[in-house]
Amino acid sequence: MATVKFSIYRYDPDKDDKPYMQDISVELEPIDRKLLDAMVKLKAKDDSLAFRRSCREGVCGSDAMNINGKNGLACLTDMDSLAQPIVLRPLPGLPVVRDLIVDMTQFFKQYHSIKPYLINNDPAPERERLQSPEDREELNGLYECILCACCSTSCPSFWWNPDKFVGPAGLLAAYRFLADTRDQATNERLDNLEDPYRLFRCHSIMNCVDVCPKGLNPTKAIGKIKDMMVRRAV
Amino acid sequence: MNIPVHKYDAVIVGAGGAGLRAAIQLSEAGLKTAVLSKVFPTRSHTVAAQGGVAASLGNSEEDHWHWHMYDTVKGSDWLGDQDAIEFMCRKANEVVVELEHYGMPFDRLDNGKIYQRPFGGHMSNFGERPVRRSCAAADRTGHAMLHAMYQRNVKANTQFFVEWMALDLIRDVDGTVLGVTAMEMETGEIHIFHAKATLFATGGAGRIFHSSTNAFINTGDGLGMAARAGIPLEDMEFWQFHPTGVAGAGVLITEGVRGEGGILRNSSGERFMERYAPNAKDLASRDVVSRAMATEIKEGRGCGPNKDYVLLDITHLEPATIMKRLPGIREIAIQFAGVDPIKTPIPVVPTCHYQMGGIPTNYSGRVVIPQGGDYNVPVMGFYAAGECACASVHGANRLGTNSLLDLLVFGKSSGETMVDDIKAMPASHRELPKDAADLSLARIARLDGQKSGENVHEVRLAMQRTMQGHAGVFRFKNLLAEGVEMISQVEERVKRTEIKDKSQVWNTARTEALELENLIEVAKATMVSANGRTESRGAHVRDDAVDTPEHPDGRNDQEWLKHTLWFRDGNRLDYKPVNMKPLTVETIALKKRAY
Ligand SMILES: Cc1cc2nc3c(=O)[nH]c(=O)nc-3n(C[C@H](O)[C@H](O)[C@H](O)COP(=O)(O)OP(=O)(O)OC[C@H]3O[C@@H](n4cnc5c(N)ncnc54)[C@H](O)[C@@H]3O)c2cc1C
Ligand code: SF4
Ligand code: SF4
Ligand code: FES
Repeated sequence: MATVKFSIYRYDPDKDDKPYMQDISVELEPIDRKLLDAMVKLKAKDDSLAFRRSCREGVCGSDAMNINGKNGLACLTDMDSLAQPIVLRPLPGLPVVRDLIVDMTQFFKQYHSIKPYLINNDPAPERERLQSPEDREELNGLYECILCACCSTSCPSFWWNPDKFVGPAGLLAAYRFLADTRDQATNERLDNLEDPYRLFRCHSIMNCVDVCPKGLNPTKAIGKIKDMMVRRAV
Repeated sequence: MNIPVHKYDAVIVGAGGAGLRAAIQLSEAGLKTAVLSKVFPTRSHTVAAQGGVAASLGNSEEDHWHWHMYDTVKGSDWLGDQDAIEFMCRKANEVVVELEHYGMPFDRLDNGKIYQRPFGGHMSNFGERPVRRSCAAADRTGHAMLHAMYQRNVKANTQFFVEWMALDLIRDVDGTVLGVTAMEMETGEIHIFHAKATLFATGGAGRIFHSSTNAFINTGDGLGMAARAGIPLEDMEFWQFHPTGVAGAGVLITEGVRGEGGILRNSSGERFMERYAPNAKDLASRDVVSRAMATEIKEGRGCGPNKDYVLLDITHLEPATIMKRLPGIREIAIQFAGVDPIKTPIPVVPTCHYQMGGIPTNYSGRVVIPQGGDYNVPVMGFYAAGECACASVHGANRLGTNSLLDLLVFGKSSGETMVDDIKAMPASHRELPKDAADLSLARIARLDGQKSGENVHEVRLAMQRTMQGHAGVFRFKNLLAEGVEMISQVEERVKRTEIKDKSQVWNTARTEALELENLIEVAKATMVSANGRTESRGAHVRDDAVDTPEHPDGRNDQEWLKHTLWFRDGNRLDYKPVNMKPLTVETIALKKRAY
């Protein structure tokens, strides 16, 4: 058993005038390998600590938070990788609802704004639409996004213009459909992004790439969209 | 108290695979539909499904829905209803192709068709040899599928209530279902959703066990709500233990790993499945493999310092194959087992995975209950689909990839049934009973007012340990009887849980306490049903029902070829016949199950 120290951002609008940092420690067993395991133990001690979690295996995207200054998923963060006290804060740049829970409305609004669905107006064939393995491979590194928001909430351009800049997660999704040989709305999708803010606020700072827990690369996808715009213009 | 009421044609509780598939049907038919979910739709646990979805597309080799049907009946140990099974297997190609049209990024064969891999229990030509039937997107099939269906719903403008928790089912004096009460998690407010048709698609309840592949949110809320409203639960003794959960962590390693050539080994490195299932070997049905593993461990051939796990070996596969077909598995092994499977085998143990039982339905998605001598009378206005429902296609043991198929087929058929039923109903809603929200309000008031009560975390742990110890892979007569006692003691503690958090805003302590009230209903149903069934069948194997010539493997068709129905009221059991009559083909006759 080892005692681990935490410093956690706490705010309950029902009773707190303003946010504060709570110092709290917890006894852990060797099987508590991940930060989420430790947080579940913390919550058994203080049931008022509020955070989202579900799958505990890095696929649902619920438990994104700011961990020792860097965005990540609690369920994929190894306890031995963290210096103490472990400082936990909500994802930056989005309104805090309570403790580590942020209001994700703006994030999803941007995701929805890129029409995140396949558009193909041909009559549906009886069988599957064909796609070569190579064309399918173009979707790797794009379709795996879990919408955790680690990237967008570490992006300075998204902090300043969350209502106007689509942000790395939304743009990654936009490229996922642009890259799909089955999709027919290429022009419409590019028109939708041809705007000083929606796409072009990205200054390739790469914070997004740095934090993505699934190892995805939104900056690269953004670059490819920009290429497509250029190619379309000539 | 003034409770806000929202009026909809249809209310769907749950936005996993089943709920989203049904929602597409309703939204595209232009009906006013509300979909409630405890989490943002793409965070539902369907997202974790790895291996694939079954369909006899025959893209790599000859296949036929009739063979798939045979495998499913056999896999179910003949407890599945053959009408529903035929329905599902015949519909498989259609729903998988639709999913592809929605944009699902399936892996592809060189000819551009959907990639298919072998999976446990799926065979060609009525049980001869493994067949490639599982349609996959790498080892992230559930993720790809859930996102594709959410995206289709965005296109169809479905109205979601995200982070709303349904609390109780509303029924009037005739028993007709009129919707649900629900709590907005952000504000703690209770609202009523008043509907002409209500669908439960709330997923599984694997969290009744201590070691589980299920997410934290899989707490059987739909089952708890149904049970409290007087609806029986069917075949709850049947829980699937997946052979390959990561030892210690519970996280799943898909059977697709064995489909790609992975091998299970004991402490001497032996491929022990050759002894238990000479034909299908590592790809035998899940209950068979789990029991073989448990036997190896029990007889001292487990691995590790405590000899308490076996090894899943893929070190003989090409690293390129692993990177291409099983990238997510490699990530999981590194993250949760601390090994890179390209170089080192993965420690695995049988882990609670899937509930075969649930809310009794027919293949159109209608909830059915016994009434006046008829066992399958529809409950007006009430539908269920997905893991919370029991159609019953999985019977005593589900085949891998048949659950994602179940979500698609029965999500769609329940949606279609609801559309038809709503169109046939009068324009105005039936009147809500005056006491529609009383039960939910009383539950919340009890929790808020509880003094010197029990700690939610501890009571839940007591329940999970009891289930694990008394209703696991192997079951024992005396332990089951004891388990029934112990679970009813835990139930008394559940009635007295206390939370310290009194906030109205995002009170997750309250959510967990309410979830525990659902879990305990599922735990009771499981223990009591398992105690009642004195044979061995599929995933339910007892020490006092042994292999004899009249009862091969302890299965007793003379007495036990029937579905269990558990009623919350009085903890009572009843039984109903298995439907052995398919829709168009001949009955798949009873036979000893061997792989
Ligand atoms: C790790 C893992 C891997 C798997 N792999 C495969 C596979 O490869 N192939 C296969 O066929 N099957 C697989 N399965 C099984 C299959 O994934 C599940 O059975 C299936 O996804 C369940 O889907 P569902 O729609 O019924 O429920 P879920 O996806 O669990 O969704 C339940 C929904 O209900 C909502 N909900 C629950 N309670 C409430 C409430 N009170 N109020 C409001 N909303 C509520 C939740 O928020 C969620 O949206 C796997 C299962 C696991 C755990
Ligand atoms: S690369 Fe672009 S999207 Fe990514 S953090 Fe930088 S500005 Fe944001
Ligand atoms: S791109 Fe990565 S960090 Fe961004 S939302 Fe998707 S998974 Fe999360
Ligand atoms: S809990 Fe699902 S991503 Fe961490």
